Amino acid sequence: MTAQSGATGVTQPPAQVRSRGRRARAPLSEGARAERRLGWLLCAPAVIVMLAVTAYPIGYAVWLSLQRYDLRFPAESHFIGLANYATVLTSNLWWTAFGVTAFITVVSVAIEFVLGMALALVMRWTLIGRGGVRTVVLIPYGIVTVVAAYSWQYAWTPGTGYLANLLPNGSAPLTSQWPAIFITILAEVWKTTPFMALLLLAGVSLVPDELLRAAKVDGASGWQRFTQIMLPLMKPAILVALLFRTLDAFRIFDNIYILTAGANNTRSVSILGYDNLFTALNLGIGSAISVLIFIAVAIIAVIFVKGFGAAAPGQEVDRG
Amino acid sequence: MNRTTSKTLWGIGDAIVIIVALVPVLWLASLSFKDPSTIGDGSFVPQKWTLENYRGIFSTDLFTRALVNSIGIAVIATALAVLIGSLAAYAVARLRFPGKGVLVGAALLIAVFPPISLVTPLFNLWRELHLFDTWPGLIIPYLTFSLPLTIYVLSTFFRDIPWDLEKAAKVDGASPFQAFTRVIAPLATPGIVTTAILVFIFCWNDFVFAISLTSTLNSRTVPAAIAFFTGASQFQTPIGSIAAAGVVITIPIIVFVFIFQRRIVAGLTSGAVKG
Repeated sequence: MTAQSGATGVTQPPAQVRSRGRRARAPLSEGARAERRLGWLLCAPAVIVMLAVTAYPIGYAVWLSLQRYDLRFPAESHFIGLANYATVLTSNLWWTAFGVTAFITVVSVAIEFVLGMALALVMRWTLIGRGGVRTVVLIPYGIVTVVAAYSWQYAWTPGTGYLANLLPNGSAPLTSQWPAIFITILAEVWKTTPFMALLLLAGVSLVPDELLRAAKVDGASGWQRFTQIMLPLMKPAILVALLFRTLDAFRIFDNIYILTAGANNTRSVSILGYDNLFTALNLGIGSAISVLIFIAVAIIAVIFVKGFGAAAPGQEVDRG
Repeated sequence: MNRTTSKTLWGIGDAIVIIVALVPVLWLASLSFKDPSTIGDGSFVPQKWTLENYRGIFSTDLFTRALVNSIGIAVIATALAVLIGSLAAYAVARLRFPGKGVLVGAALLIAVFPPISLVTPLFNLWRELHLFDTWPGLIIPYLTFSLPLTIYVLSTFFRDIPWDLEKAAKVDGASPFQAFTRVIAPLATPGIVTTAILVFIFCWNDFVFAISLTSTLNSRTVPAAIAFFTGASQFQTPIGSIAAAGVVITIPIIVFVFIFQRRIVAGLTSGAVKG
């Protein structure tokens, strides 16, 4: 990443910078060294906090994943290399959970992106009750996930819920795989679209009004103004919103835990990990699943950051 | 399109948004007002209204103490995350130093490690350090897991603030610190507010850490306290109490968001610098 950001710095158009007479930057001048020190100094608190909390637990989880470590048989614990990973990766349970998780992630993030963008535009430009709309939009995100999940579960259970009562008699959607997955997606979308909308709104607010007005005067249609002016300017905000939402969606836990507890093949990978760690008490297998989730999430993150290129945080930008 | 038509269209848009956002919330509120005898009747509007569920949750200090803990912990964690995060985000967005790419990547990866596998080792570590069941014991992990989002959001904001402004401030004799607090931070207010809202809600919502790293009223937050409702009323499902608690703890969020939403879109740098 460091090498790449260096390369980006070189390939970015230097013409504009020079024409504005920006001072030339000799490598490791006094100023550059001071800048380095300041950079490290400013990052130090964040780095220390993050390492203090996660270094030991992550290391411990990786170590556990290489052990045969079952709390029911503690005497038999020993190092077994990658055998836990082999067990998980050859298991149908893992691949079913992986498929369910990937499906929920892709569908819900796609829907949330479209809805979130629409909400961001409404929150930015609506003429009526802007403050009220902005506040109301964020309420679903503010409701504690576990509580919201309970209320969905109640709503979809035959007899106790207004939504289940709308369905044909005798249908219990939470007790079969696909209906339960779609209800999970609905709960997830309802709950987290505001997160997406708020991050996109922050991006929308970076688009200067003058630019949009000028484009309108030049005869650009609403759609053209959206795709050719707003979307490019919002790229960094879109990256952050999609990235964090995808990473979060892939680790979905609370909603499924309450709605179905993973019954009828609705387990996500996090539920599978939880079942192994806390129900089956097989710490070796559970930790291997955690590390695999981590690897999957890391791959997603790398794809996003590469896909967005220079819009990703940490890339050098033109300082003109 | 004249102003009346566009007002009508925005009005319709607003109405759809509000209905979709609020119907499930009203259902939750309805559950909280239902009498225990009718709570399972499936009707959207309570047939028999009662305040019993609210009286129930406020009658013991299980819920009220948890509410105090939740507010205190979330406010402190949010303030620290914004402070520490904006320092790092400024460096990431504006300064050149080796190791930046590693920092940005590692911050992201650390934060996405599945929390369920971190709580057991963290539990052991916190007991050793006497942080178990204390406010700092929750504030520190919340801080850790909100820093990556804070750094990512804020650095996209800091990056878009014109360099000329910072240069002008320095020419006028401002120290780098003054340039940051007087020029950069105010212009990045929408980003800071957005981040603060998201971090606050994250801390407010967390269940996994709250249930694993607390054991008493000293530091137990509301989502964890809700898990103990089941034992409090053994002859009825606690869904009424859960719903009432859910409604009560949503109110601070609404207040928090309503106060800060005005600052989300603050006409960022318009007019601050001539292109």
